[in-house]
Amino acid sequence: MTTHSAPIERAQGWLLNALLVAGASIIFLPLIFTVYLSVFDETIITFPPRGYTLHWYADILPQFGAALRTSLYVALAAAAISLLIGVPASIGLSRYRFAGRSALSTFLLSPLTIPGIAIGLGIYVLAIQVEEWNGVALAGSMGLLIAAHVLIALPWVVRLGLTALANSDPAAEEAAASLGAPPWRVLWRVTLPRMRAGIVAGGLFAFIVSFENLEMTLFMIAPGMTTLPISVLQYLQYHIDPLVAAVAVVQVALVAAALVLLDRQVRLSQIIA
Amino acid sequence: MSRLTLDRLGKTYGGAPAVSDVSLEVEQGEMIVLLGPSGCGKTTTLRMIAGFTAASSGDIRLDGTSILALPPHRREMGIVFQSYALFPHLSVARNVAFGLEMRSVAADARRDRVEQMLRLARLEPYADRLPRQLSGGQQQRVALARALAIEPRVLLLDEPLSNLDASLRGEVGRDIRLLQRSTNLTTVMVTHDQDEAMAMADRLVVMRDGRVQQIGTQADLYERPATAFVAGFIGRSTMLPCHIDADGTAVCDGAPMHLASRYAATGAATLALRPERLSLGTMSGSGSVTGHVELAAYLGAVREHVVRIGPEQRIIVRDGTAGGAGLYPEGAAVTLHWQPDAERLFDAAGAAIPTHHTEPTVMRMNADG
Repeated sequence: MTTHSAPIERAQGWLLNALLVAGASIIFLPLIFTVYLSVFDETIITFPPRGYTLHWYADILPQFGAALRTSLYVALAAAAISLLIGVPASIGLSRYRFAGRSALSTFLLSPLTIPGIAIGLGIYVLAIQVEEWNGVALAGSMGLLIAAHVLIALPWVVRLGLTALANSDPAAEEAAASLGAPPWRVLWRVTLPRMRAGIVAGGLFAFIVSFENLEMTLFMIAPGMTTLPISVLQYLQYHIDPLVAAVAVVQVALVAAALVLLDRQVRLSQIIA
Repeated sequence: MSRLTLDRLGKTYGGAPAVSDVSLEVEQGEMIVLLGPSGCGKTTTLRMIAGFTAASSGDIRLDGTSILALPPHRREMGIVFQSYALFPHLSVARNVAFGLEMRSVAADARRDRVEQMLRLARLEPYADRLPRQLSGGQQQRVALARALAIEPRVLLLDEPLSNLDASLRGEVGRDIRLLQRSTNLTTVMVTHDQDEAMAMADRLVVMRDGRVQQIGTQADLYERPATAFVAGFIGRSTMLPCHIDADGTAVCDGAPMHLASRYAATGAATLALRPERLSLGTMSGSGSVTGHVELAAYLGAVREHVVRIGPEQRIIVRDGTAGGAGLYPEGAAVTLHWQPDAERLFDAAGAAIPTHHTEPTVMRMNADG
């Protein structure tokens, strides 16, 4: 380093720090503000508040408990089914060459590119059609809701499964076979362990995508069966109080905790980055 | 212990042949090296032996019994891959133990065998490390120990040295060769590196465009190349297009040339000359041609002259510097001489043209021009 470049480097360092702070602010300021709002002791959000309280957090379960339970149930089921379909699909797509392979890959990933509203409307219309044809009440059923969520969660599992496999040398599977491992043991002892980070990340993304989905789910709900995001939306139509902020904070905290715990287990950053 | 036979083995991809008619006998304990440029079919051949690629035609036999119908996990081949293909999530010891676990070897016997293999591969201190914590050379030894632990019937090596630093290759190659000798394993290795192949093989198979060009020992390939391709690929050769007259004189690029042997052919041909078997100056030899020095370099143990014999053609001469031989000045008129073992003639299709009489074995004399 020469003395001439020192002032320039100092300026560059300053600029870099400023950009980092600006970027972090854009990400975290709304979150900080939400946390701040959630402890306002007001029934209508006014500034400055009269005082601070944690009682909004205590109101979450009575108000949103049923919707939260539905959301958790649907998201867990959708994530589990997506893994059961998506992990074998990504192994097949990555390790075998067959006719229609790229078409299948595009098909499995395509829900990512279609707006949720369009998917939701399409599924709704189809469900009504099916009901007209054979009287099976699909619309508003739990089965249809889970199936629709699998549709939007599956691309994440496939995508992350493919990434995990692309990072692992197929020769290791051949090596296992040459050492005497029949195909199912190769899968169990080599392929799946090496996909671990991708499977965990895929399952987590599938869960989150399902849990927070609003626009597609709008077409699937029925009286007495609603998910947390929709329940929050409905609540917002009539109330503007800090309860919604409290719900948001709890959601963010839960997802963040899950990410931190999982990252310790499997180094998610390897797959997602 | 095993003897491996390839019988007219072939592989086509969508009608395009990748490997055609490869026939080969690998004797018990022999080390065969498949050598050729990339795309010559050597790796496809190895993968067919391992069972990863299905053969399109021909047969593969182990001790006389066809193994074509066996899946890879029942062929009992130990394979060392170019990328080593270690299991990154398992420790070194678990990697080596993998094949034994698959064979349901009892825990005690397994531990003993793993210990023995780690000792053999000088990996004892690293038993509990993960592969990524080892150097390339160490990873290579893990791959070898893992393949040998199952006491395979045949050892297959796919470019085992190509991911190593150049400085390590010779040493690791010798290690592999010693281990192969001491275990007396029937071995097939694939490489594109001529020096590696020459140093490690009992016999070599030179391949090109999916076909075997020649099978033989190092001396067979160097002294008696069957095709022009082998003459250029094994060692160096100056290749000169020329015309053979009825009286046995060759004319290359307008320059008349006395060949050291007489050949059973006339017409267009390619003459291959080994630079290190030519000499400059007063040395005698039945082969000779005259030309002018175009470039001269002193390389230490040898000196190299580029001699122009016509408007288009040059011959490279590399001879020893012992006895204080200096360099010829550029432009100097010189005569090149050689013995029959320096030249080889090939027809237009690249096949070697035999000599009229059996070649007299002439000891090569020291060049002291």
